[in-house]
This record gives sequence, C-alpha cells and structure tokens, in this order.
Amino acid sequence: MTHTLGRPDFELIAGWIEPGHRVLDLGCGDGTLLKHLIDQRGVKGVGVEIDDANVLAAIKNGINVIQGNLERGLDEFADQAFDHVVLSRTLQTVRHTEGILREMLRVGREAVVSFPNFAYWKNLRSVLDGRMPVSEDLPYQWYDSPNVRFFTLLDFEALCDKMGLIIRERSVLDEEGNPVTSEANFLGSLAVYRLTQNR
Amino acid sequence: MPGQSVGVVESQRANFDQPLHLRSGGILPAYDLVFETYGTLNAAKSNAILVCHALSGHHHVAGIYADQPDNIGWWDNIIGPGRPLDTDKFFIVGLNNLGGCHGSTGPSSINPATGKPWGANFPIVAVNDWVHAQARLADRLGIDSWAAVMGGSLGGMQALRWSITYPERVRNAIVIAAAPKLSAQNIAFNDVARQAILTDPEFHGGNYYEFNTRPVRGLRLARMLGHITYLSDDQMGEKFGRELRNSAFSFGFDVEFEVESYLRYQGDKFAGYFDANTYLLMTKALDYFDPSREDNGNLNATMARSKANFLIASFTTDWRFTPARSKEIVSALLANGRNVSYAEIDLNFGHDSFLMEDAHYHGVVDAYLRNIKL
Repeated sequence: MTHTLGRPDFELIAGWIEPGHRVLDLGCGDGTLLKHLIDQRGVKGVGVEIDDANVLAAIKNGINVIQGNLERGLDEFADQAFDHVVLSRTLQTVRHTEGILREMLRVGREAVVSFPNFAYWKNLRSVLDGRMPVSEDLPYQWYDSPNVRFFTLLDFEALCDKMGLIIRERSVLDEEGNPVTSEANFLGSLAVYRLTQNR
Repeated sequence: MPGQSVGVVESQRANFDQPLHLRSGGILPAYDLVFETYGTLNAAKSNAILVCHALSGHHHVAGIYADQPDNIGWWDNIIGPGRPLDTDKFFIVGLNNLGGCHGSTGPSSINPATGKPWGANFPIVAVNDWVHAQARLADRLGIDSWAAVMGGSLGGMQALRWSITYPERVRNAIVIAAAPKLSAQNIAFNDVARQAILTDPEFHGGNYYEFNTRPVRGLRLARMLGHITYLSDDQMGEKFGRELRNSAFSFGFDVEFEVESYLRYQGDKFAGYFDANTYLLMTKALDYFDPSREDNGNLNATMARSKANFLIASFTTDWRFTPARSKEIVSALLANGRNVSYAEIDLNFGHDSFLMEDAHYHGVVDAYLRNIKL
C-alpha cells in the first residue's frame, strides 16, 4: 500500500527513530516515510517493496529500494544491520506472520510495527450490522483487500508473548489519528508497537 | 516510444601506444579502441556515461550511420534525447572492447610484430583488462570520473568491475542482468560453445585467417547454443511452440520445427560476421570473471572497495543470470551500507530482456538517472 504524507503513525514512528540511525522500511511504498526520515532525521534508509509502480516511485523519490517479497524473508540483509525495522500497515497482508517478525528482529535491533485493529468498535459494529468493516485504516472491500490476517491488539500481544518478543512501547490511535489512552482494543483503530527480542 | 534516436553518428578510433599488462600475464604493446559518443561533454566533464557491451556487442550502441541507415545501434532504444540515457543531459561513450572484432584490436587485427593476424597469439583478456583499457580511453577524453558506468550481462560485469577497480572514478554503476561470477552451469554452456569452435576443422588452431577460411560451422553452433540460453522457455513456447514449417512431419533431419529454423537462421547470421577467436575470448572473460577471488570469495569484502551508488536490475525470466545472482551483488552492497536500489523486472524475454524496450524497465533506469546530480 502507498504511504501518504501526514499519516499519524508516521509521526509516531519518526519520533521513535534517532537521527543517524539505520532504518529498514518493509513495504516502503513510494518511500514517503523513508524520505521523511532521511530529510528530517538524517537516517540512513533502505526500503523493501514488492509492487513495480511503488519501486519506480521510490527510485524517483531517490530512496534506496530493494524489490522483494516479504513472504520470502530478508535473506539479502545481514544480521543486526539496522537499528530499526519498520513494518507500517503491512503485517496484516503477510501470511508468514511469525516468520517476518523473526526476520525483522534478526536484521534489526528493534521492530516498529503498525497495523489496523480489527476489534476497533466501529469495525465490530460493522460486523454486527452484517458487513465487513471499511474504514480509514481498513480502506478495502472484502473482495479487493490485500489483507490476509485479521487480528486485534490483544491477539498481537499474545503472539509477541508466545514468541518471546518484548513490547517496549505501544501507541494506539483512533480513526482521526488521536491517541487512545483507555480501552485501547476497543477504541483504537490503529496500533503502533516497538518490539525487541528477548535476550 | 518516448524520446528520439540520436540519429546519425560516427565512430572514432583512438590509438594507445603504452603497453597494457594483462591479467593473463600477456602484454599488448599497443592497441586501438573504436568508440562512439553521443551528446555533449559538459565543461565540468561530469556528465559522462560509459556503456559497456556484452558478449557480441560493440561500439555502435545508438543511432545510425549516414551511409547505413538500417544499421541501428544495439541499445538505441534507451539512448537519445528524452530517453533514459538522455543525450540532452549526458555524454554517452560506447566502445568495442579489446579482443573484439568490430574495429578495436583483436585476434583478427594485424600483429605488428609478425605482419599477420594475431589469431591464436592474441592474449586472453579479462574483464579487468577491459576496464583498464576503458580507463585509458576516459583519460584520453578528459573524463576523470563517470557519472555512471552501465551495462547488461557481461556489460554489467564491467560496470561492477569498474566500481571495484576504480572506485574514485565511478559515481554510479548500473548493473543489469549480471552476476558476480559465473555458475558451473554458465561455464558449462560456454565450454560447449568453445568446443564447437575449437573442434571445427576450419579452426586451424585459431590461425584460420592464414588459410582464408573461418570455422563457420563451429561458430554457428556456438551461437545457436548461446541463443537458447538468452531466451526464456515461455517466450520460445509462445513464439514457436511446436509449429512446423510444413503441416506434416517429414521424418528427416532437415529443418522441420519453426524453432529449428529460427535458431539456424540466427546461427548463420552471426557466423557470417562475427570472429570465432573473439567469441572464444569473450566466453573466457565471462568464465574468469570473479572479482571476489581477490578476497578469497568474500564478495562483501570486495564490494567494500566500491564507492559508487548502484542500480541493480534483473529479469524474472532470465535463467542464465537469475534474479538470485543479482541479489548476491545487492546483498554485498547492503552489507557495506552502499546506496543501492534493486528492481526485479517482470519481462518475458529471458536474458535478452535487458535489450528490450519496456515502459517499466526503462522507467526505472530513467528515474535513477534523472536523480543523478552532475
């Protein structure tokens, strides 16, 4: 999916990344986030992207982009080559969920993961009303959605626990991009996590 | 097609009288390189791109000759005003490599020491020798550093080698449909091609010029074999399938299937103009190519010497140098924190895809080159 400037999770992610850090953006789209991080935070960045048009757009944006399929792992990247590995609104499109999370923490010190929360109350209401949810953070019809995994904040945290991943930080946003402080699994439309490996 | 051809071009010749010490231990006391240029070298001499040719290529990369309007350069579709190698911005240089048969000094040239064609006495040349010779041409043209060195297949290997041998002289390397070294299968194909030439009775140990003959049959077979490896199975299937030239089987060994007709035609055409000794040299240059050999096979260590930014591209249907081979280069560059972008282009023409005109493929090269600051 293509990043759009001003997406609220971008601001959060940018805030977590220190100047000069090495950043890998998985599913980097046209490279907007990386360009923002390079221009504003002076990071050294590389993106991975599967889609031809996005690869071309990222090259136009002057971003280092490697065309590849996240399902096949990150073989071309060495262990701990990055400070941060970002997976923004893409985890739900990846079939090998555990595989990509492990690969992220193999090639990077820290994983930054954002994803839409399927338990967001509007999504639940939509399902109760008999229709699959379509929202700001889930902008697809069921028949054209790239999403293959449907999960909630609690589901994700249970998986992190099972995999021994440490949640360093979590931010949850509503559909307008405002922070959600209570009842996150119910009131949050989008979640952003910082994860590290349990060592 | 966006952009235009460069139109009428002329080739030039440069003579070099300082000996070139070759990787094989041989020495070329003096040599000629034929080359062409398109566009204008800017005052800072910062806008030059070197285009390196592959196995059977040469210096006529783009445009036509005034007296040969049908003789179109082999990569004309990517070079010209408004094209990815935009001659309004860049000064493009193409040359025929040493050992070639299109005007640069090679086995069919006269060896001044004997007054006869070099033939079998022409020394084996390596990719790095070409790079050194190309560097002398750059010196001659006043080009300290290339905005980019670029090539497909064996041409891409020269671009890669440039970035290692002369890191200060290459700002960008565009390596297309290449590999960091040949596989056993690659070498095996090359050896069958060489055997076809070497065992041709007309080869005469490489000195066939003196016998006024040429090992046409061997060269033809070599090209037919090579040609199969340049195409994809799908493409051959689509283009020829099992089509017969006549509707029924003839139960004989004459041309029957369309694919046979095509390959024989390609073989005949190539054998009609190409020099067999050059073919042998080019395939050996491919086989020997392995810059990581200097680092005990550690390509990461080798690429640590490069300083260029890289665009690496491969083609999904290329089974000669598969995308995985390009990704070996990508991986070594990433390990060194080099600026690199990699595009895996979905084109159906196998290894030959790099010569094809395709909006996405050319778009990628165009986008990369437009971001180069001169």
